[in-house]
Amino acid sequence: MQCDVCHSKEATVFLTQIVEGKMQKVNLCESCSKEKGVNDPTGFALADLLMGLGAAQDIEKSPGTLKCTVCGFTQADFKKTGRLGCSSCYGVFAEGLRGMLRNMHKGTTHTGKTPAGFEKLRQHGEAMRSLQKNLDQAVAAEEYERAADLRDKIRQIEAELRA
Amino acid sequence: MKFSRIIANSGEWLSGDGPHRQIVVSSRVRLARNLREKPFPGWSKKAERIEVMRLVKDAVEHLPEMAESYSENLEALSPLEKQVLVERHLISREHAAKGVGSAVVMNEPQTLSVMINEEDHLRMQSICCGLQLEKVFSMINRVDSELEGMLEFAFDPELGYLTACPTNVGTGMRASAMLHLPGLVMSDQINKIVNSVNKIGLAVRGLHGEGTEAMGNLFQVSNQTTLGETEDEIIGRLNRVIEQILEHEKNARALLAQRKSVTLYDQIGRAYGVLSNAYSMSSKEALNLLSVIKLGVDLEVFPESRRFPIDELFIETQPAHLQKGAQAQKMSADERDTLRAAIIRAKLKQVPEPDIARLQADANENGEEKNDE
Repeated sequence: MQCDVCHSKEATVFLTQIVEGKMQKVNLCESCSKEKGVNDPTGFALADLLMGLGAAQDIEKSPGTLKCTVCGFTQADFKKTGRLGCSSCYGVFAEGLRGMLRNMHKGTTHTGKTPAGFEKLRQHGEAMRSLQKNLDQAVAAEEYERAADLRDKIRQIEAELRA
Repeated sequence: MKFSRIIANSGEWLSGDGPHRQIVVSSRVRLARNLREKPFPGWSKKAERIEVMRLVKDAVEHLPEMAESYSENLEALSPLEKQVLVERHLISREHAAKGVGSAVVMNEPQTLSVMINEEDHLRMQSICCGLQLEKVFSMINRVDSELEGMLEFAFDPELGYLTACPTNVGTGMRASAMLHLPGLVMSDQINKIVNSVNKIGLAVRGLHGEGTEAMGNLFQVSNQTTLGETEDEIIGRLNRVIEQILEHEKNARALLAQRKSVTLYDQIGRAYGVLSNAYSMSSKEALNLLSVIKLGVDLEVFPESRRFPIDELFIETQPAHLQKGAQAQKMSADERDTLRAAIIRAKLKQVPEPDIARLQADANENGEEKNDE
């Protein structure tokens, strides 16, 4: 059996770990196991190691040779480094990343802190969509006075956003 | 502020006080942040890294928390100075390997430090003494909120904060506590604990984090996942596990004092004897023996007034700190071992011989209670 890291030498170290009911396995050769600090399998988190490997395999499944238009990062680069090129890469490689993130984390959606500016934008966005919908209904129902009110509110939010 | 001034004082996490500080050496929270659409440090050219560094460094230096701060580009630091910062947990080993285009900013009490262009554009951490993850998080969270107003962070409503490595995406948060667990090691229970902690998706690591050996019975427990839970949920989960480990450690110590008292006296006495009389000592041996002395302070075999001097030795005897103290740019391992032994001998002169009678009294008391049952 080949080593999962260097893909050249014979694997002699076999690790299995169960994380939240899922079995993870990795096979390493002598030198890669040393390099990764796997001399004591008990004090070592397999997930640290797996993330690099699993990542590369998952992303390979995504169709075509993708390349990030912002930073020029490719799938091959990800396979080599286990890191992404820039924040836009998350959009470009989204499909391949999805499965990987699911295995790696507790969930797939962020529920933690949101930057204040972003939160404001999001709230504004929601308010605008709802106002626009009401405006469309008002126009369709020929309630022009209400429509004018709504239009003013939309303009006000737009002005706030610009500020 | 000059490097020498930072180095002259030990960080607040060492000298300060906090809940459960006998067992929990320190609590630390690290946040990873990146600027929008700028290539991550590992994928950017030198000029791009320098540009990002200038932007970020300027913003960080303007924080009210950093009014009194030490700020330096990494290429301006000698390898020895970088290593001193690593030994104090103010920068990571990975960051110490960086040069042009990377920088570090830290506050005077050394409770806050920001690594610029490590694996991510910003790795900011807060560190405090004892078990107080919530406090440490609120400190670094405030810094993050302030920086938000000056820098545009890469954030996605679904994936959260975007990081170079997908293992950090979401909150970008790694919360950890450094635990001193001699009881669990001496009673051979540590592997069981490490395994069960790993099973519930938390990581246990050695002294300097990922891939490092556990020395001096010190273990770092941290969250492994960053996406799908809020910061408070992650910290709550970590706290519950740490409290469990604390209980196990206390029980292990009580059992050792009761059932294996001779082994325990022997270990403390030997550690005291070797540290007081050795003329050459490796840093690993020093840490392992100092750990036993620290346990002795906890068990009141040594006076409480000696706690801080002993704790200080954990840092002072690390290779770079020794060398820096001796003001030597180059020192062989043998020379360091000799100097280390001398520093420890001098400090141990201030520590009276172990008062084993106290331990025996405790053990007898507990023994009698047991007989009564």
